[in-house]
Amino acid sequence: MEKEINQYTVSVYTENNIGLLNRISAIFQRRHINIESINSSASEIVGVTRWTILVNMTEVNIKKIIGQIEKQVEVIKAYYHTDEETIYQESCLFKVKSDLLFEERQIQNIIKESNARIVTVNKEFFVLEKSGRRNEIELLHRELSAFGIMQFVRSGRIAVTKDEMKITEMLAAFNN
Amino acid sequence: MIMETLTVKQKQYLEQPKERISGSEAVVRCLLAEGVDVLYGYPGGAIMPVYDELYKYQDKIHHVLTRHEQGATHSAQGYARISGKVGVAMATSGPGATNLITGIADAQIDSTPIVCITGQVASHLLGSDAFQETDIVGISTPVTKWNHQVTKASEIPEVIAKAFYIAKSGRPGPVLIDITKDAQFEEFDFQYKKCTGVRSYIPVPKTDESSLKAAAELINNAKKPMIVWGQGIILSKAEEELKTVMEKAGIPSAWTIMGASAIPTSHLLNIGMVGMHGNYAPNVLTNECDVLIAIGMRFDDRVTGKLDEYATQAKVIHFEIDPAEIDKNVKTDVAVLGDAKATLTKLLPLLKSNSHSDWLQKFKNLYAIEFEKVIKNDLHPTKEGLTMGEVLNEINYQSKGEAAIVSDVGQHQMIACRYAEFNVSKSNITSGGLGTMGFALPAAIGAKMAAPEREVVAIIGDGGYQMTIQELGTIFQTKVPVKIVVLNNEFLGMVRQWQQLFFDKRYASTEMTNPDFVAIAKGYYVDAKRVTKREELGSAIEEMMKSEDAYFLEVCVEKEDNVFPMVPSGASVSDIRLE
Repeated sequence: MEKEINQYTVSVYTENNIGLLNRISAIFQRRHINIESINSSASEIVGVTRWTILVNMTEVNIKKIIGQIEKQVEVIKAYYHTDEETIYQESCLFKVKSDLLFEERQIQNIIKESNARIVTVNKEFFVLEKSGRRNEIELLHRELSAFGIMQFVRSGRIAVTKDEMKITEMLAAFNN
Repeated sequence: MIMETLTVKQKQYLEQPKERISGSEAVVRCLLAEGVDVLYGYPGGAIMPVYDELYKYQDKIHHVLTRHEQGATHSAQGYARISGKVGVAMATSGPGATNLITGIADAQIDSTPIVCITGQVASHLLGSDAFQETDIVGISTPVTKWNHQVTKASEIPEVIAKAFYIAKSGRPGPVLIDITKDAQFEEFDFQYKKCTGVRSYIPVPKTDESSLKAAAELINNAKKPMIVWGQGIILSKAEEELKTVMEKAGIPSAWTIMGASAIPTSHLLNIGMVGMHGNYAPNVLTNECDVLIAIGMRFDDRVTGKLDEYATQAKVIHFEIDPAEIDKNVKTDVAVLGDAKATLTKLLPLLKSNSHSDWLQKFKNLYAIEFEKVIKNDLHPTKEGLTMGEVLNEINYQSKGEAAIVSDVGQHQMIACRYAEFNVSKSNITSGGLGTMGFALPAAIGAKMAAPEREVVAIIGDGGYQMTIQELGTIFQTKVPVKIVVLNNEFLGMVRQWQQLFFDKRYASTEMTNPDFVAIAKGYYVDAKRVTKREELGSAIEEMMKSEDAYFLEVCVEKEDNVFPMVPSGASVSDIRLE
């Protein structure tokens, strides 16, 4: 049980300072752990950055990693969650030749069925955006591959947790 | 408008008179405001404006020119370790900055509060591969508690205040501040305010009262309790609190190498050092105790040996300031978070008076075995060659256990830590976690300068000595009366010991052809002597101790002696070997 490798979503609330990416990624690198995806963005609190990091490891080790991350001076709080404990999405963009959109009926069906959104269309190409789970994105990728994809990019995972985070309370406690 | 939303304190701060000064003068003024009276460093292009200010302020702050930047960090560490204050090191950009890294890494793993200030190329040159440009913030990130690059003079006061606060609060550690040359030249309105908190940083975690109760209950019901304390006791200044707890509950107590000297060697409940070359009894009985109380220590692999066979029979209580240490190596039954001084104070009234005399007797019995097999031969040898142990024994005798012992890394270090007698806390200054050869000589400089009233004796091997031997120049120029003892076995002794035991005596690159150490010391105008015979040892050490100036003593010891007891790498602590 302890040695079972699971996928964990790590959420880290930090100050918005130069060099923190280095500091956090070094914690994984030093332990020879590959980061599957990493996302840095604003959070619900003004001036506080939220990192979403996806890793595969044992629960024993992710607990230690969280300890090491929280130990960093500019980290406010870090959490880890299983897939079941979060609502998560990835986003992707496909760039495809425009002729296909009009000549291949099937493409139109694929777009419709996959709930993908056309972002822009011009004479040469159109761009398709799709948000969802990894398997949905991969399915769409496979289907479009048959026709040829000019460019593809997928974002890191972003996730919100079902539980409360209580960061605002923590910061308020400091100010008082 | 804005003023109305500010607190009284903030208003007072803004209304303070301001002075227009340069960033470089601000650096010096900030150091003075933090109570810094001495710093160690080496000038160079990118830090020259600060050195120019140090020249102007030389009556207030003493800059010690070390002979290498690594020496500056180790001196700052020695200063911090003996005084409990923050040590300061300074260097220029590029190679000056990278030379600090070993000392910073050492301070990080041994939780030593130091602040390192480096010069950096002007901000418009950052990233251009300018002369002596190196990404020192990037390089130092994994080995600093915090680091920061300053590109504007106005940031200097706040950043330096934060640096000192972070370095010394909670679990201490090294901080590096990199200041671009243009920020040093730039003028701004100077104001200094000490840092009292950083919102994302909790230096001391809250103590859960129920954890204290649970700990007390385990201790009160224990038949065979054992304490292992670490440097946390010294950092938290909890020596008295620990002693009171030990005595009230009657608990045999051992120490890690970093915890040495917190409790006097002669204390009846002090049962010696744990770990690879620690004492026989505490290692063997770690696997027999029923409650193991770890205080301010981190279960380093050199302490635990094979983890799967470490104290598995015991309930483990861990008193610790750093939450990341809980369950990192050893699974605990009760974790008591907080500062050791505070938690031990709260624990005391919950403890029942006790004495575990039968259990303590077990330690004494095993000590008798260790004495017969190892200690007797180390301290009172009958063979011709000198032993490292008898040198320590003579130093103990002549210093009456009052000296601070600064050791380097290797066999002599294990001997020094095993046999040095300590009456006073903060007396064992050594490179524990990183095992940095070359640590002792510069660390001794810092220690002696921070505690001039104390006798400071550096014990160094012939290998490590030559890694920072150039600091003899610092000792001579600055007139630091440190006593230097080199235990010369013409080998990298600890590696040779491993080669003998585990690599069929294939002594790959461990034999040293050494220079005339006495001549080198004399070349630096340091009094020096070489001892090769037992009958010369006592008088030579006496002469060294009586010297008012720095003194160098080389003792030529047996070439192929080994340090025992020893827990072989990967073995369980109870499989400790006596020979």
